[in-house]
Amino acid sequence: MKITRFLLVKIAGMIAVLLLVSLAVYLIFYLTPADPARTECGRVCTPAELVQVRAFMGLNEPVWRQYLDFLGAIFAGRSYGSGAGAIACPAPCLGYSFQQHQTVLSLIGQTAPVTASIALGAAVLWLVTGVAAGVVSALRRGRALDRAVMATAIVGISVPAYLVGLLGILVFGFKLNILPVSGYVPLTQDPAQWAFHLMLPWCALAFISAAIYARLTRSQMIEALGEDYVRTARAKGLRESRVIGRHALRNVLIPVITLFGLDLGALLGGAVITEKVFSMYGLGALLIGAVATTDISTIAGVTLLAAVFVIVANFLVDLVYKLLDPRV
Amino acid sequence: MSSQPASSTSTVVPPVAAVKPSGAFARLLADHWAMAGAGVAAAFVLLAVFAPLVCRITGSDPYTYDLGALTGSGLPRGAFGGVSATHWLGVEPQTGRDLFAIVAYGARISLLVGIGSTLLATLIGTALGVLAGYSGGLVDTLLSRFTDLTIAFPQLIFMIALGALVPASFPRQFFMIAAIGVFGWPSVARVVRGQTMALRNRSFVVAARVVGAGPRHILCTEILPNLASTITVIATMMVPGAIGTEAALSFLGIGVPPPTPSWGREISSAIAWVAVDPWYLAAPGLALFLVTLALNAFGDGLRDAFDPRLTGKGR
Repeated sequence: MKITRFLLVKIAGMIAVLLLVSLAVYLIFYLTPADPARTECGRVCTPAELVQVRAFMGLNEPVWRQYLDFLGAIFAGRSYGSGAGAIACPAPCLGYSFQQHQTVLSLIGQTAPVTASIALGAAVLWLVTGVAAGVVSALRRGRALDRAVMATAIVGISVPAYLVGLLGILVFGFKLNILPVSGYVPLTQDPAQWAFHLMLPWCALAFISAAIYARLTRSQMIEALGEDYVRTARAKGLRESRVIGRHALRNVLIPVITLFGLDLGALLGGAVITEKVFSMYGLGALLIGAVATTDISTIAGVTLLAAVFVIVANFLVDLVYKLLDPRV
Repeated sequence: MSSQPASSTSTVVPPVAAVKPSGAFARLLADHWAMAGAGVAAAFVLLAVFAPLVCRITGSDPYTYDLGALTGSGLPRGAFGGVSATHWLGVEPQTGRDLFAIVAYGARISLLVGIGSTLLATLIGTALGVLAGYSGGLVDTLLSRFTDLTIAFPQLIFMIALGALVPASFPRQFFMIAAIGVFGWPSVARVVRGQTMALRNRSFVVAARVVGAGPRHILCTEILPNLASTITVIATMMVPGAIGTEAALSFLGIGVPPPTPSWGREISSAIAWVAVDPWYLAAPGLALFLVTLALNAFGDGLRDAFDPRLTGKGR
């Protein structure tokens, strides 16, 4: 009963935020000086042609109607123009790129796997190594590993991911020649090569965050080890591994998960930068290309997708949070 | 997420201005890491301000090609990427432009955008934080939700996208200041909100309210002066992050257009040369690393000296 209520409230909140964000994205990108119709119409554009183009793109309707069309297209699809020259955009339609003559969704479909592969792998790597290093540091306070992790965290916070990536390319790619420095192999084509090519990008993106998470985990763990419930667990005669793994770590993970929820947007940004370092064509390259050609539909589609990803992922983070912390 | 530790303990410990400034300054001066950071940061500021003067010593500038410093294949002539008496940090491959001059002039963009966007973010964050903390209730709930949303937002993606809306004639550095500032305010707002909530019920504020002071008087003469040291600390700690974001935008090609020197764009160009001329990466990369590390060290020292209860970067 309680969990249903929790879920309903969270889902309602998420839908409200998604609607607000979609409205914001629509208003920002479609109602600005950068008129999509003018861009599409070309350099030489008579007023009559502009009116035609506007009608074709559905930009001659009132703003609220345009926004509803935009939203409706996501669920029901839409078509631009009518008759033989009409362009169909089946649901879920995030818009149509008149510059690239493709639906925005298919453009995203071609590039998102690259960015998602980088981001997900790096996130797993940084959470696992960060928490593990933090726990080990806390248990072996003052030893060599603890000092190394803390020093990395202090210095690491000042190094941008792309510098780490470039140093990685230099050392592991060109000097040692053991890892590939560019190119993306689809997971469906060859999983081993996929992981092999992503090894350096994952490490570059995860390195700094892992150090920061290690520092957080360490301080939380040290605090938890002094708490009564840990002493009680030990007094009950539980094995040390169970005391740490079950009782202490569970509480340590709560702030870690909170921070991870806040870092999701940064994760996506980091993946976009990492893509460029390793010459992979992902969402970032798609977006930057679209910015260069003022391809408004693509820009709005990619930004909306990024926002939806962060909002939905934060919803999932809230669920994990609920599972870990019964007080919420 | 909505309640800061600072506000929950406020009834016991006076939250602001509990530390005497004279003692705080003494602590700051005794912090070697912080002072070293301040020194390095100050050196970069001087380098940026006096870039034309400093470059006159070597007779170089960031725009002139020096093909004499290159080999036939476009690589720098000589060791360490072409380091010489005229090119202190070597030269750019292909063009032979002086990397020291590029780093010096590039510091102008980095620091201008880093400091400018921080000022903007601090202004917005203070306004929204005070509003949320002083109003409480629904205003506070909505503003706090908005703050959380902004923090989790894919900011870099939005900044890139917004680049499409800015006409080419608009100076890119001001676009970056606006974009980074508009997304950077939440960390300020959160702390200011917590502190304002704590101050709102302190006896001197309550006394002012009792004698009939309006909200404007209370905010301007009772609350804001007490927030000054906290806001200064938070703002200082934000500058290195803003510099990093500027470099990232320039790295992605959204920053100032060439030939205006910029560290991020220089690092981006270095990707193509890292196999044959890795030293090219060293000058802009080290400059960015050093200034960020220095400002982080100074910011941490400032926090420890003036406002030890603040933790983390509040990203």
